[in-house]
Amino acid sequence: MTFPAGTFTPSPGTGRLGRMLLTHARTEAMLTLRNGEQVLLTLLIPLALLVGLTLVPIVSLPDPRVDEVTPRIFALAIMSSAFTGQAIALGFDRRYGVLRRLAATALPRWLLVAGRVVGGLAVVVIQIVLLAVVAAIMGWSPDAVGLLWTVVLILLGALAFGALGVLLGGALKAEVVLAVANIVWFILLLAGGIMVPASSMPGVLGDLVALLPSGALAEGLHGALVSGAPGWQPFLVLVLWGAAASALATRTTKLT
Amino acid sequence: MSSAADRPAVEVRGLTKRYSGTTAVDGLDLSLPRGHVLALLGPNGAGKTTTVETCEGFVRPDAGTVSVLGLDPVTQSEKLRPRIGVMPQGGGAYPGVRAEEMLRLVAACAANPLDPAWLIETLGLSGSARTPYKRLSGGQQQRLSLACALIGRPELVFLDEPTAGMDPQARRLVWELVRALRTDGVTVLLTTHLMEEAEALADHVVIIDHGRVVAEGTPSELTSEHPAEAQLRFRARAGMSTELLAAALPEDCRVVESSPGAYLVSGPVDPQVVSTVTAWCAQQGVLAEELHVGRRSLEDVFLDLTGRELRS
Ligand SMILES: Nc1ncnc2c1ncn2[C@@H]1O[C@H](COP(=O)(O)OP(=O)(O)O)[C@@H](O)[C@H]1O
Ligand SMILES: [Mg+2]
Repeated sequence: MTFPAGTFTPSPGTGRLGRMLLTHARTEAMLTLRNGEQVLLTLLIPLALLVGLTLVPIVSLPDPRVDEVTPRIFALAIMSSAFTGQAIALGFDRRYGVLRRLAATALPRWLLVAGRVVGGLAVVVIQIVLLAVVAAIMGWSPDAVGLLWTVVLILLGALAFGALGVLLGGALKAEVVLAVANIVWFILLLAGGIMVPASSMPGVLGDLVALLPSGALAEGLHGALVSGAPGWQPFLVLVLWGAAASALATRTTKLT
Repeated sequence: MSSAADRPAVEVRGLTKRYSGTTAVDGLDLSLPRGHVLALLGPNGAGKTTTVETCEGFVRPDAGTVSVLGLDPVTQSEKLRPRIGVMPQGGGAYPGVRAEEMLRLVAACAANPLDPAWLIETLGLSGSARTPYKRLSGGQQQRLSLACALIGRPELVFLDEPTAGMDPQARRLVWELVRALRTDGVTVLLTTHLMEEAEALADHVVIIDHGRVVAEGTPSELTSEHPAEAQLRFRARAGMSTELLAAALPEDCRVVESSPGAYLVSGPVDPQVVSTVTAWCAQQGVLAEELHVGRRSLEDVFLDLTGRELRS
């Protein structure tokens, strides 16, 4: 094979910002939605729990059950994709040299982060829309005023969990990240205020669980969607977790 | 203006990089003029990747200076990266990504990229367009990585072992590409542990070992520093006395046992020398096998300089 002269004549430069961000974010989101394990974690398990807990009265809940279950499943879905999914993906992306590959292009460093954040938020939007549609079919009746707070809480929850996911996925070996991310997911699901509300836990334990990102997000979403009044504490807790994890992650995250 | 354009594309002075226990690069000097192809040749662990990654700004030198396109690759990376193309030694794509998807992402980062579909086809990746990266063969992964290095029309490319793991056909394609890059005025710094590759592609060859330059020059300078020299290689029983054989040969012939049972006579090898060697072996009661006379190759140069085989 021969190449016509001038084929590779240098013409370097940086692409348009909007296009870089969009292409990067879309690639990230598509990779998540195409990955079987990620789909199981971010969509199928939350959907199964939403339907199961609503229809099968294994746990006693006030009626209508779907109103009680949906906010907690939202919290689970956000934790699953923004924390566990992000951490595992980042761990393996580092192993595969993806971050270095992208850092070696004209893509500015802040866009490398922004692309992942936007891609991750796109996945969260898809999760929430799907879960909300299924919940609505089962008779979900959210508080109208609370929906506005819900949007803010989802955003803060996704950013806080996302920062924690990057903190974990950016620091350790891929296999270790995989194990830790799944164990933490399981512990927070069962004991972190998602399945069992922090408010129904005894004394100090309940107070502590409400200070976890999972507890704060679940309590906040429950408050917003059931009564329209989430209170200020969940917002503050999520902002603090997000800020602390981001500050730490900027120091500890490695490209490879 | 002209002074900037006249400066070498890559200039490395006294580069040193230590890791706990090892000195990966030890006072290395390098100069690559614009539009030229430089091959960094050396065995595994010689310090090639560390040197290249320092030039790309991913490794911070412990000592020495590195200037790439007149920029400091570490502190001015945001200015440098848009102008260079990078092919790392391994990896460089999401495990689940498709080749064209990855290439389009890298293309989006460049102002005037080549056509990704054309490059995919040129590199023979069309047939595996929908295969996730982690299921591509090593050679296919390498080709995608090369495509990512070239897609942005860089003025300088770093190729770290570009043909490792490739079949001969793919290797020939990569050679064609590097020659086309050179023709079009792109500066290329590549690493290899294959002397044929360095001889075939490079204007300058820098042979390194233990992080130090052991020889440098054009391929012909390196192989013809002793133009009268030729080499005679043969195999025989291990452990024969090279001193006795040398004594039987003309004074300017050198004899080494390069590995057990493999002997190398270098110097003015003529028919008389060949017959002396076979006769001397016969006296020892052994048959000189696989007897071969040839010109010095880069590998021989390397062997002479370091006493080690280049392939490892
Ligand atoms: N990140 C690292 N940590 C510790 N040692 C390293 C690291 N990178 C390279 N080395 C060591 O430095 C030496 C040179 O490595 P490298 O530059 O990869 O050589 P080459 O590319 O020529 O095979 C080797 O001994 C290698 O083990
Ligand atoms: Mg190497």
